[in-house]
Amino acid sequence: MTQPPGVLPLVAQFAYGLDAPICLTWELTYACNLSCVHCLSSSGRRDPRELTTGQCRAVIDELERMQVFYVNIGGGEPTVRRDFWELLDYAVAHHVGVKFSTNGSRITPNAAARIAGTDYVDVQISLDGATAEVNDRVRGPGSYATAIRAMENLAAAGFEGFKLSVVVTRENVAQLDDFKRIADRYSAQLRLTRLRPSGRGADVWDELHPTGAQQRELYEWLLAHGESVLTGDSFFHLGGYGEALPGLNLCGAGRVVCLIDPIGDVYACPFVIHDEFRAGNVREPGGFAAVWRESDLFTELREPQHAGACSSCGLFDKCRGGCMAAKFFTGLPLAGPDPECVLGHGERALAARGAQPIPRPSVDMSKKRVPARACDESPLDR
Amino acid sequence: MLTGDVARGARATFDLDRPWQLHPQVSVRPERFGALLYHFGTRRLSFLKSPELLTVVRILGETASARDACRAAGVSEAELPAYAAALGALARSQMIQAREDS
Repeated sequence: MTQPPGVLPLVAQFAYGLDAPICLTWELTYACNLSCVHCLSSSGRRDPRELTTGQCRAVIDELERMQVFYVNIGGGEPTVRRDFWELLDYAVAHHVGVKFSTNGSRITPNAAARIAGTDYVDVQISLDGATAEVNDRVRGPGSYATAIRAMENLAAAGFEGFKLSVVVTRENVAQLDDFKRIADRYSAQLRLTRLRPSGRGADVWDELHPTGAQQRELYEWLLAHGESVLTGDSFFHLGGYGEALPGLNLCGAGRVVCLIDPIGDVYACPFVIHDEFRAGNVREPGGFAAVWRESDLFTELREPQHAGACSSCGLFDKCRGGCMAAKFFTGLPLAGPDPECVLGHGERALAARGAQPIPRPSVDMSKKRVPARACDESPLDR
Repeated sequence: MLTGDVARGARATFDLDRPWQLHPQVSVRPERFGALLYHFGTRRLSFLKSPELLTVVRILGETASARDACRAAGVSEAELPAYAAALGALARSQMIQAREDS
């Protein structure tokens, strides 16, 4: 059917930005009771400048005015904030739906019943191995049992369709069917996302990102499972293998997605916590709406992007050059192939990298190592 | 297609001559290209790719039929099949529902 005259295809419209994000991630705290080796936000300790309850409420008020349908709340572990449940209720009362990501440690039977009681709250349990052995190596001892217990509680409370969220790694890519079975067992929906070299992920990306052969396997698996498995549009860089995967298949950074971090800084996407991709702060005059609608960075991201070294590639229309964050944190030029380019151009580009330093995240709240002796570290040092 | 839906369902005919309404759990946000729709029950997103379709969806609950809503929104006879198909897609994804008038 024809488009009305002068109206661009939808994906092109999205590339020029929307009045408000479709998919807004809000990391409520950098504090976390786990220390996953691949944490994309280098979380661990609370930042003392974290938004207060009142400031969080003001952000929610603004999201309501902008008609943001829902926020993806994460962290850190968001439920460790004392005001977490209060903020959740506040968002729902203000017509902002919430989907929050958790390691499950605070999803008690009571909490599960509370979540199951509203259509406006969804929950995502993180699990990165279908067995304790594979999961706990990445997420820490006991974290598999914690996540399973949380899912049991949600299922017992009658919550159907919550999400089981998995970051696909070299070690768990062979377990995709097992993850699907676990999700089915608890009437949950499986969500697979890409391992990015963001945050502490940069330190383990070389060993943990799927090999070329595994990527192909993953692509076939995703095609076979279609829309029954969610991906957050994570794997559009694999479109070059053939048929496009379900989803918008574009990098949404600053166009349809963005991140608000615990201190109110706004970044182009959850995977680029770096000064170069910081668009502003929600505490500035004009608040979040001004950052979203007027910041220089987001304006620039909504302009046509250069394909660079990919411009002569016949597959560019399928993969769009891949993920900006994956390129940035592996030291590759943004105009050029993704490090996991299906044609292998990324691998060649990685091998040809010069001696220039690879950018590091601007924020690192990782827990410090336990000092060998009490006096080795000042207790006042954050 | 005038709508984009994350779930692309099978074709079915849409009854233009009965009353319809927006599902009560659906939120509508106007955008330059038309609008975004979000269903809090199914947690699905849909897109309306024309401002006229947005008008149709907005007045659907107050008109006697979907056909009346289309006419009032300025949809021509020639365009009507395209709008019926778009509304059919919205009905399949539960964004709109049949209205039982008392």
